[in-house]
Amino acid sequence: MVERVNLNHAAGNPVDKRVLKGMLPYFQEFYGNPSSVHIAGRHATKAVANARMQIVNLVGADTKDRIVFTSGATEANNLALIGFAYRNRRKGNHIITSEVEHLSILNPLKFLVKQGFEVTQIPVDEHGVIKLEALKEAITDKTVLFSVQHANNEVGTIHPIQEIADIAGDAKIPLHVDAVASAGQVPVDISDLGASLMTLSSNDLYGPRGVGALIIRRGTSIQPILLGGGQEMGLRSGSENVSGIVGMGIAAEIAGKELEANIRHLTKLRDRLIKEVTTKMEYTYLNGHPSHRLPNNANIRFSFVEGEAITLYLSFEGFLVATSSACTSRTLEPSHVLLSMGVDEAEAHGALQLTLGRDNTETHIDHFIKALPPIIKRLREMSPLYPPS
Amino acid sequence: MYSETVKDHFQNPRNLGEMKDADAIGKTGNPTCGDLIWIYIKVKDDIITDISFKTFGCAAAIATSSMLTELAKGKTLKEALKITRKEIAESLEGLPPIKMHCSNLAADGLHKAIEEYLGKTGRTVEDL
Repeated sequence: MVERVNLNHAAGNPVDKRVLKGMLPYFQEFYGNPSSVHIAGRHATKAVANARMQIVNLVGADTKDRIVFTSGATEANNLALIGFAYRNRRKGNHIITSEVEHLSILNPLKFLVKQGFEVTQIPVDEHGVIKLEALKEAITDKTVLFSVQHANNEVGTIHPIQEIADIAGDAKIPLHVDAVASAGQVPVDISDLGASLMTLSSNDLYGPRGVGALIIRRGTSIQPILLGGGQEMGLRSGSENVSGIVGMGIAAEIAGKELEANIRHLTKLRDRLIKEVTTKMEYTYLNGHPSHRLPNNANIRFSFVEGEAITLYLSFEGFLVATSSACTSRTLEPSHVLLSMGVDEAEAHGALQLTLGRDNTETHIDHFIKALPPIIKRLREMSPLYPPS
Repeated sequence: MYSETVKDHFQNPRNLGEMKDADAIGKTGNPTCGDLIWIYIKVKDDIITDISFKTFGCAAAIATSSMLTELAKGKTLKEALKITRKEIAESLEGLPPIKMHCSNLAADGLHKAIEEYLGKTGRTVEDL
């Protein structure tokens, strides 16, 4: 069997061995429910409280902030938007976001529009950076919330989040930051930003899937969207996923401790990958910002070819990658992020999203940059669009 | 997701490439949608003596183009016009449902090539 090289970490990280080890006792030995008053319940309560502290430490939150564990970042984003909008409805009905947010932001907002809310989506420039002037201009006296990603998961662009937070702060509008793609990749500090809400994902920190968290700062009110036994300070009913929460906590602690080392490791691999791929082949371009980008992300498009075909050929040789091509999406729509950046629809089909992880090595990059050019060449020879007339 | 036959035609496309002395070219699809297929034919006595393709698109688009050329080669124009998307998909041991319509365009490309060929001699498909 061909050795597998994973360049698709955005789709899923392996759980860190140390995380798994820390989780295992919570399946059988310490299986208590935090709602129980007996000793097993107390033990579980302590474990969840400890995980909250680990999250607080990763993003510079305060011990008085509420850390609500959810079933993942999608639920946390739903809770942030729907929970905030409903709770603060009497203050206004206008929410500002960007055109390049994750679908777990855009689709809850579509739902809110049907409920009578108004949403403004701020466009981005050719590098995928949110246009700050447009953001300022979008504010009305009805605006109750900004919801903006720190970094884009698909093209890797890091937005000027401090400037966005300052615009929100000056207008006294609460800010929700979707930090799923950035936490554990670059420094994230909710206190410096003065954000009111922040979403995190466990698996993006090399923790287990099925766990996420919404950080709700003191003074910010939201209402629950899941009703039941009133767990998680009444904001997320359902017996806590203690083992998963413990795993997310450990993952957050490791991500914080090893942040600088990971940034150095990944940036080196990423820069070499981008340079070699974009200079070795013609009609090959980087998507996203050239320098303000996540250390783990290289999104590259190849003119005249289609991404699913590239992805499959690479897969036959053991490389796991993802494409922004519509041909692999459930809706057959091209990537809303690339289109918003002004990338031509035909070109958007030829984009590869390469996301590096802690396990990647220089050797992986060597193999990849050797394997890729013949595949692109072959597909271009098949393509009626090539050579361009 | 893809059958072994699809993978085979994707990895080893039959009759691939531009045909310089083609009698007609049928172009179908749209790069905006992610699929563009060009079918080249050479015709003698209303028989397709040679056929080739160039395709921009996903594995299904490439495999259906390749399979179409195998099915059409040596057929009379009238027989070739009877090749359907369904027949191509079945010959490939099936396609994922979502790919049945968006990428299975090769038969349309062949129809267009045949119409262009007939048009050159003042005929239409009804004349066959």
